[in-house]
Amino acid sequence: MRQQTISEKILAKHASLKSVEPGQLINCKVDLVLGNDITAPPAIQEFAKIGVSKVFNKKKIYLVPDHFSPAKDIKSAEQIKMMREFARKYGIVNFFEIGCMGIEHVLLPEMGAIKAGDLVIGADSHTCTYGALGAFSTGVGSTDMAAAMATGEVWFKVPEQLKFVFTGKLNKWVEAKDLILYTIGQIGVDGARYMSMEFTGPVIRQLSVEGRLTMANMAIEAGGKNGIFEVDDKTAAYLKKTGAGKGLVYKSDPEAEYKQIFKWEASAIEPQVSLPHLPSNTKPVGKCKSIKIHQSVIGSCTNGRIEDMRLAAKILKGKRIHRDVRCIILPGTQNISLQMIKEGLMKTFIEAGAVVSTPTCGPCLGGHMGILAEGERSISTTNRNFVGRMGHPKSEVYLSNVAVAAASAITGRISSPEDL
Amino acid sequence: MKSSGQAWKFGNNIDTDLIIPARYLNSHNPQELAKHAMEDADATWASKVQKGDFIVAGDNFGCGSSREHAPIAIKAAGVSAVIAKSFARIFYRNAINIGLPILESPDAAEAIKEGDEIKVNLVTGEIDNLTSGMSYSAQPFPGFMQQIIDAGGLIEYIKTKKK
Repeated sequence: MRQQTISEKILAKHASLKSVEPGQLINCKVDLVLGNDITAPPAIQEFAKIGVSKVFNKKKIYLVPDHFSPAKDIKSAEQIKMMREFARKYGIVNFFEIGCMGIEHVLLPEMGAIKAGDLVIGADSHTCTYGALGAFSTGVGSTDMAAAMATGEVWFKVPEQLKFVFTGKLNKWVEAKDLILYTIGQIGVDGARYMSMEFTGPVIRQLSVEGRLTMANMAIEAGGKNGIFEVDDKTAAYLKKTGAGKGLVYKSDPEAEYKQIFKWEASAIEPQVSLPHLPSNTKPVGKCKSIKIHQSVIGSCTNGRIEDMRLAAKILKGKRIHRDVRCIILPGTQNISLQMIKEGLMKTFIEAGAVVSTPTCGPCLGGHMGILAEGERSISTTNRNFVGRMGHPKSEVYLSNVAVAAASAITGRISSPEDL
Repeated sequence: MKSSGQAWKFGNNIDTDLIIPARYLNSHNPQELAKHAMEDADATWASKVQKGDFIVAGDNFGCGSSREHAPIAIKAAGVSAVIAKSFARIFYRNAINIGLPILESPDAAEAIKEGDEIKVNLVTGEIDNLTSGMSYSAQPFPGFMQQIIDAGGLIEYIKTKKK
């Protein structure tokens, strides 16, 4: 039988095939379908046109209003209302009202919705996040979501496979975020277009599951169809803790075919900053230090997990946010907010002069809760720095890891924690 | 099915935030979205584009977000097809699913200039530049995708399969 990668094995299993190969068009059964308050409303509209009386599975559809929620204006409130009413009408169990919600890609792993070997589609490009748990997970549009809600199926073109091997040791203040920014900087925003990105090597095995979620989250920023990590003891422990259950664990075969294999030495990688207006526009933080900032955003589906909050608090503890900087902390879920209270992180942030938001995508996509004016700059732990992404078309976003965003909030310029 | 109109040129990596900024995503009404199509790439484009015109772009058109509002905005603005060197994966799917014609042709995308008169045969994928007299052919779609296109999008395709 053909030697296959983890991604190919999961696709083959869900297409009821023994094996698949790149370029093949297949029809797969899905384990989970996700939508948010921007993408679900058009999906609901399209779903109605199909003319089915029920959804394929009431427990496998997840509707998370996180982008413009708590509703930022009347139109957003109408969109969320549409989701809520759809969920009630069709008995969809997993609709998350504010108070129990979170940023979708932080919430679903945390609540044990995803297990290894699952095939997940979501009407949100960062659905690729769940590859960190050994699932094949990818973003689609609203019509694909509608079709999957009705049929439980989705078509795929089997992607070509890329492998990224990180060896050596991480430098101080280098996070998982830097490995993925570095990767995108090396291969470009279309370097993995239509392809699977498999991350492996000793450095990857040292990363926490949270760190791997950060990396998988940004596979789409290189154009990737999915990002994927092999399940190890850390993943198994994470899946046990969340109650997901281990699922089906696949390994890439030794002779599996890759279109290209990239090998990078981690000790050569410094904290990275992506300059406007593409995530691939990376530079080591040391080369960005004269850049003045007006805002620092710490959180999001990329870096809004408890580990990120702890790191930000470690840097901000006993310090003061620069008087010309607004620092906005965006924890990913209500549980993370609660944990932050228990550990005293909330106090640290507020004493430092930062604001802590309810879980929302908020400013990451220029929605609300921290929009930039003309000419303003934000450093941000989010995932995109396109033109106008956080507000005015003439504002700028610089992407970084958590430590750099926190240190920069203190100094008012792009800084490394070493500069404090 | 033939369309003709004027070419509007855009560069590489035109992302979905440029095509339709998130500040307008509190609506999914096609006409509302069309008013703001391409706004952050060219603030006045939506008022200049004529029904039947073409977008001609470089590599990785539609990268970024999965928002289907992007192809919807372009289609509702009256664009008859997008010709690009290559398309980002989710945009490609979304365009097929909602019935916005897309044509992958690096040669055409390179050579066509802003304002050129273009004629496209959407069945054969032939692209004629009436201004320069040059002709190009786009990559054909795999059979299964062509069936979705022929049905008028994914929802119609599923409906025909159900029958």
